[in-house]
Amino acid sequence: MKNLMKFAALLMFLGAPAMADDKMSMMQEVTVGPLTLSDGFAHATLPNQPVAGGFVTITNTGEAADTLIAVQSDLAGVMQIHEMAMQDDTMVMRELDGGLIVPAGETVTLEPGGLHLMFMQLNGPLIDGEDVTVTVTFQDAGDVELTLPVRKKMHGGHGMSHDGDS
Amino acid sequence: MPGLLRIIIPAGALVASAVLVWLAWLQPYLAEQDVLKLGHGDYSLIGTDGQPFTAARLQGAPSAVFFGFTHCPEVCPTTLGDIAVWQDELGDAASDLRVFFVTVDPERDTTEMLGDYVGWVPGVVGVTGDAAEIRAAEKAFRIYSRKIPLSDGEYTMDHSALVLLFDDNGRFVEPIGYQEDLDRALAKLRRLLS
Ligand SMILES: [Cu+2]
Repeated sequence: MKNLMKFAALLMFLGAPAMADDKMSMMQEVTVGPLTLSDGFAHATLPNQPVAGGFVTITNTGEAADTLIAVQSDLAGVMQIHEMAMQDDTMVMRELDGGLIVPAGETVTLEPGGLHLMFMQLNGPLIDGEDVTVTVTFQDAGDVELTLPVRKKMHGGHGMSHDGDS
Repeated sequence: MPGLLRIIIPAGALVASAVLVWLAWLQPYLAEQDVLKLGHGDYSLIGTDGQPFTAARLQGAPSAVFFGFTHCPEVCPTTLGDIAVWQDELGDAASDLRVFFVTVDPERDTTEMLGDYVGWVPGVVGVTGDAAEIRAAEKAFRIYSRKIPLSDGEYTMDHSALVLLFDDNGRFVEPIGYQEDLDRALAKLRRLLS
């Protein structure tokens, strides 16, 4: 039984990512004030993983900068705005204390390996194919709700090699 | 004065050549000696399989050792997933390889917590223990880690993210870097397991 579960867990990672491109559900784009939020998603958690990352692209078409100051979700006891980086072979992660500034006329991308919305004290798993709702708060534009599709990570270096050199 | 120069110049040349010898030969030699000692040292931890984890555990079969923690957002889950892919790609050849996931966060990562976290990847053993013993192991494996406070009473750990490969004599062979190309990682593992 235990082995069967392991096998099932492994399939979560090895299962048909080639189809991910056409089947990948996209976040419904939302706007709040002069801000457009698009291409959001969250990473599925591993079994018993207590934290997770969420990602979104924010474009500011306005005349003034705005700042992402808070994020929350029913699924997480705590959510924070973080930036991670690899420095040589060391993983470092920091909280953006003053929030994340989105300058006027610019686009800021939260993506794996860099800026992210950090889910902490998770109440449950983030499951591939499901959605997770988060509310993000901007200093000027205010609150907006995002429905992030949950996706599994790609593995094995740069994507999967199971399909030859695809 | 010329007399003094006659002494200073050869003395300078002597110092310079000593420095050259140090840089060209002694320093790499010493560094190599240090690398061979990687993983050796005095630390006593416990595996999620109930077995002790000490330097002696590296003997007998090839091992891959990774330091991480369960509250890790990206690097540790990615690495665990990569390890699952390596095992899948290597097939039977991987059955000899032991994988140890040593926590840098013993405060939160109990044996139960770690066991649940690594349990889905076949054969991966989580390793934890007293904070002082974890620090001793980090020193032995030359792993950097640092606790970083966050708001809401939370914290995270900065840490080295290499997978360190050891042969069946417990000798360090080479590292696999974070998100290293799959084919290169597999080549390193096949070399190790051949
Ligand atoms: Cu984070």
